[in-house]
Amino acid sequence: MSDVKEFDTRPTGSPSSESPLAWSFHRRGTPPREASAGVTLREKAFLGHLILRGGAIVLDEAVREVLGITLPARPNTLALDNSGERSIQWLSPDEWLVIVPGGEEFALEGRLRKALGQAHYSIVNVSGGQTVLTLRGEKAREVLMKSTPYDVHPQAFPVGKGVTTVFAKASVVLRRPTEEGWELVVRRSFADYCYRWLLDAAAEYGVIVER
Amino acid sequence: MFHIYCPYCEEHREEEEFHPKGQAHIQRPEDPEACSDETWGDYLFFRDNPRGVHHELWVHAVGCRKFFNITRHTVSYEILETYKMGEQPSVTAKSLSEKDKQAGVQAASGGWQTVGARPESDALNKGARV
Amino acid sequence: MNQVNRLPRGGRVDRSHPLNFTFNGKQYVGCVGDTLASALLANGVDVVNRSFKYSRPRGIVAAGAEEPNAVVQLGASEAAQVPNVRATQQALYEGLTARSTNGWPNVQRDLMGMVGKLGGTFMPPGFYYKTFMAPASLWMTYEKYIRKSAGLGRSPTEPDPDSYEHINQHCDVLIIGAGPAGLAAAITAARSGARVILCDEQEEMGGSLLDSRELIDGAPAVQWSDRVLDELNAMGNVTLLPRTTANGYHDHNFVTLHERRTEHLADSAPSFGSRRQARSRMHRIRAKQVVLATGAHERPLVYANNDVPGNLLAGAVSTYVRRYGVVPGQKLVLSATNDHAYRAALDWHEAGREVVAIADARANPKGDLVDKAQSLGIRIIAQSAVIEAKGADRVSGARVAKIEIESFKVVGGVEELACDTIASSGGYSPVIHLSSHTGTRPTWRDDILGFVPGEVKGLTPAGGARGVYPLGDTIRDGAEAGAQATQAAGIDAGAMALPQITARQDGQACALYQVPHLKPAMRAPKQFVDLQNDVTAAGIELATREGFESIEHVKRYTAMGFGTDQGKLGNINGMAIAARCLNRSIPEVGTTVFRPNYTPVTFGAIVGRHCRELFDPERYTALHQWHVEHGAEFEDVGQWKRPWYFPRTVNGKKETMHEAVARECLAVRERVGILDASTLGKIDIQGPDAREFLGRVYTNKWAKLAPGRVRYGLMCKDDGMLMDDGTTSCLGENHFLMTTTTGGAAGVMEWLELWHQTEWPELDVYFTSVTDHWATMTVTGPDARKLLAEVTDIDLDKDQFKFMDWREGTVAGVPARVFRISFTGELAYEINVQANYAMHVWTTLFEHGEKYDLTPYGTETMHVLRAEKGLIIVGQDTDGSVTPEDLGMQWAIGYDKPYSWIGKRALSRPDTRRTDRKQFVGLKPKDPNVVLEEGAQIVFDPNQSIPMSMVGHVTSSYYSPTLGHGFALAVVKGGHERMGETVYLPMVDGKVHEAEIVSPVFLDPKGERQNV
Repeated sequence: MSDVKEFDTRPTGSPSSESPLAWSFHRRGTPPREASAGVTLREKAFLGHLILRGGAIVLDEAVREVLGITLPARPNTLALDNSGERSIQWLSPDEWLVIVPGGEEFALEGRLRKALGQAHYSIVNVSGGQTVLTLRGEKAREVLMKSTPYDVHPQAFPVGKGVTTVFAKASVVLRRPTEEGWELVVRRSFADYCYRWLLDAAAEYGVIVER
Repeated sequence: MFHIYCPYCEEHREEEEFHPKGQAHIQRPEDPEACSDETWGDYLFFRDNPRGVHHELWVHAVGCRKFFNITRHTVSYEILETYKMGEQPSVTAKSLSEKDKQAGVQAASGGWQTVGARPESDALNKGARV
Repeated sequence: MNQVNRLPRGGRVDRSHPLNFTFNGKQYVGCVGDTLASALLANGVDVVNRSFKYSRPRGIVAAGAEEPNAVVQLGASEAAQVPNVRATQQALYEGLTARSTNGWPNVQRDLMGMVGKLGGTFMPPGFYYKTFMAPASLWMTYEKYIRKSAGLGRSPTEPDPDSYEHINQHCDVLIIGAGPAGLAAAITAARSGARVILCDEQEEMGGSLLDSRELIDGAPAVQWSDRVLDELNAMGNVTLLPRTTANGYHDHNFVTLHERRTEHLADSAPSFGSRRQARSRMHRIRAKQVVLATGAHERPLVYANNDVPGNLLAGAVSTYVRRYGVVPGQKLVLSATNDHAYRAALDWHEAGREVVAIADARANPKGDLVDKAQSLGIRIIAQSAVIEAKGADRVSGARVAKIEIESFKVVGGVEELACDTIASSGGYSPVIHLSSHTGTRPTWRDDILGFVPGEVKGLTPAGGARGVYPLGDTIRDGAEAGAQATQAAGIDAGAMALPQITARQDGQACALYQVPHLKPAMRAPKQFVDLQNDVTAAGIELATREGFESIEHVKRYTAMGFGTDQGKLGNINGMAIAARCLNRSIPEVGTTVFRPNYTPVTFGAIVGRHCRELFDPERYTALHQWHVEHGAEFEDVGQWKRPWYFPRTVNGKKETMHEAVARECLAVRERVGILDASTLGKIDIQGPDAREFLGRVYTNKWAKLAPGRVRYGLMCKDDGMLMDDGTTSCLGENHFLMTTTTGGAAGVMEWLELWHQTEWPELDVYFTSVTDHWATMTVTGPDARKLLAEVTDIDLDKDQFKFMDWREGTVAGVPARVFRISFTGELAYEINVQANYAMHVWTTLFEHGEKYDLTPYGTETMHVLRAEKGLIIVGQDTDGSVTPEDLGMQWAIGYDKPYSWIGKRALSRPDTRRTDRKQFVGLKPKDPNVVLEEGAQIVFDPNQSIPMSMVGHVTSSYYSPTLGHGFALAVVKGGHERMGETVYLPMVDGKVHEAEIVSPVFLDPKGERQNV
């Protein structure tokens, strides 16, 4: 749709930047490294995040053409490209979350806009507003059970699923892109709370924070 | 703690993910400027409070953020159906009144129970004001 | 004292592992496998508590959750104190320390005991209400002593070192209770592949099989339960939760389970290196189907002095003998109405102690167990019952008499039998508590003399919980319930091969609740119905005589079934007595309904991990670290932590808030200040109908706002009352950026979606929250332009970049949108950058700002500055009853817009057109040093009599360092027409402040300072 102000919020130079978990790491550091731990936590910072809104029929072709991924039209599903670095997730019947390597988002937005032409849709860059935490390990599922009322049993939450749900007293996008682990898409202002919650809930199993 | 089927996410979710938004199917008067103060007051302030079947507007706040309707029994708290915006309920007080009678539940006719919201009560109120 | 009552062999305890414990300061020894109750009985401890109201000595009555007396305070250290623990449910561990909950100064010599003895007859139901409620003002004084002497347990005064947690579980079938029915249900469901959770409140699973005399497949029953448990344990689709009580059954099969994970190990959870597990877990279970296999509780008989220590339930006697190897006395008299109770006498006899007699209420008892008792030479006295126990601190005898149930009379002579233990059984009550938690009423069944669960969707009762008692029937019923529940959960279940059990022939039980006495209940020694709440049969009689006919009223009047007991032992007996007095049937008197929790749950388990620093989310802006490092004091705004003010330390002295705010205010008015405004809600709006949408949700006009321009807007609800405000910028013809108040962000977002989804789906527009994406910093003050010019490529020329314009460019090398809007009345720029770069931009501004004395300011200074300009804060100056017109903001109302926007119609209702509405004004205190209290009420005439007619209140009030006096914003009836009038603010201390009604704009009414 025309007459929308595109704006690249990523600087061309390289001023210092801070991820949503910077303050948490600064204040608390990370737990002492253990030989074995039930849970491993990592922040995938500075990725490109776009919120795509529109009808599935409107968006599908453009997404396939530009991203090379078929728009996941079924509720609560997630699709990745072959590299696993780009993903698109159903958030609601007219809303999807696109996550790409940091720096790709503005060009991607432009290409999508070009492909979508005059259709009614919206694309919003939210890269500064959220971050991705990965949770791996034998006890990852148990930590999630302590945190979210959503059923994370593999029968109910297979690989390729993603939902927005309650996490402690906040909310997150919880997804399972691969067999190995879980991803939590966390809002910036809640990131420290979620991080502290995860460390506390995982403490009995031992937790490694990778940086 | 309700377990609510979201018609947009197409699965049951915990009540924590939802917010109730009051009675469903409240129509904003077509032309507010042309309607009487009384009609506008009814739209703003008067809601049903039936013992039995109730249609409610809810939003999947921590989820797809879509509004939808729930038909709920206010005695048993059973959710009889959920349906999308723009759709009409298939389970109503009328359709269930026979069943309710057997269960000893008194469903008000048409679900109207709030004073001021139905024509008869309105008349009563007017009488009381004199 | 040694374990005088411990049998040399038998039971499921490990005598080779002794455990030391302390009760009421005395040391005892028990063994592994004991509960605190079985260990106390093994040691011959008779008195474990004092009763609630009469302070009578009390002993252990039961062996499970239904125990009313042995409620103890647990914990060796102050921090580990846990009140209201049932000794019958507490596993013994090395070093366990417990005290009686009641009894001041101690259980043996009790002060209130005297009151109980002397005052007993003077303490009818309602005693506390009737005696102590007048004068009401003294209740506080009485209450302190009554509570202290009554004793309700106490909470620790030191922080709890343990952690607690919640865990969310989902399953196809949840089975509550791992007795014969529960095990059969679980194995049937589990073999189908269903996701199964089996919980049981006891230390060991097996329920009644653990003390059963019967054989399954020719072997002791417990071997069958061990086999089933082994199989369940090995299955990946099964979760076994012992020591886990299902405490609450909530809507749509949501069940809360309280798992005590370490409470059988020590006072406090043990650590493994740096790792420590939570002491208890609250499982929040969403089950597709629930099988209620909670069994039944035995009902005691209600006879005189039935509370003297040594009076036990018949089944409890069997449990202690068979499961714990403890015989709680020497000489037993059993008073029973049914065959099953005979087990107590047989077990007692086999333990080598004397059974004096069995008083059986039935005229002609017969059945397998009766025959067995007879064959052992035990004396059976038919058509009789124990009518009174003798003894004070321990039973010394039983008065047995022939009775007639129909006429409720003693019909024969009384025989006094010397004994130290009386076991009684009046039948069995299915444990239906959970089935009524969601409001379903239970159903009375005459054939089993008990209530069974009513119909609850998704819940299948099985076995004893629905009145099925013979062992073989129970297992079959459990298996069927398991299969049925599994099918209902959508999974095919096969039938279970049932084990071989020789059916026992039992005679018909008879209905006896209260036992008649020679004297009427009011004059007979006390016959207790509810031991925990000291409710007697006479009390219930009195209640019915005083006109309380519904059992719910009787309950409230007498306190029957209150507290942690929840009527487990007493309710049915109480109902039966009320029914007899009222000459009605039990179901006619009314059924009881139970509430969660089934047994007490610690606050720790309820709170879980949501405590201390995880009590509530703390939301931080991208600049939080800087604020912390620069000494900010923080204010909670919703969940956000916002800098409140930045106190400096001058000559080693830290500024007060007043000093810091005065400095910050002057810095903004005279030079330049900077505010972190990132918490403002921000919503990106795109679509061809975005402009039309804005016109409908805001009160003012949006049709002509050009790209590059910003406008302030008011948002009302359809009742015409202000709900939020903020600026919205036109980014492109079809693209807007809306800001909301910090607290209103989520609500406004939902509000926009509500109207779009329900009323105007035809409008093409999308909303996306960008609150967290953008960090916002406000640079404001006369030097703002000079400072910003040093770090931006945007043309800041006052004619190029005007007030209420926005521009894009870079600030400190970071792409930024800069908005020229002002909340201070000064020249101001709001800089928005992607939050990941906010710290770089902020610190760069400070590098350049040093020469301008750039001053960070917090929310308090922001409030003072905006109030000096009469700018409102929604939620502080408004409260949901204020229209834009009340605020004097007619300039922001587009009455002639074509669409009847939200709130417009309501503004022409008679109520919103009243001229005496509370209207927004400024108040200037007559005394320049006075800062009025926010919330202070306003009157026109200070000399009127109390209660005065209040005509408004102060909404905001500060001291203005710029103006040099205190000032306030307020709402006053008809205030807009009362400029210059004097109003009065009477204070609690008797002082009356005077103030003049003035315009709310105290500074620069023409806006010349911001428009430079």
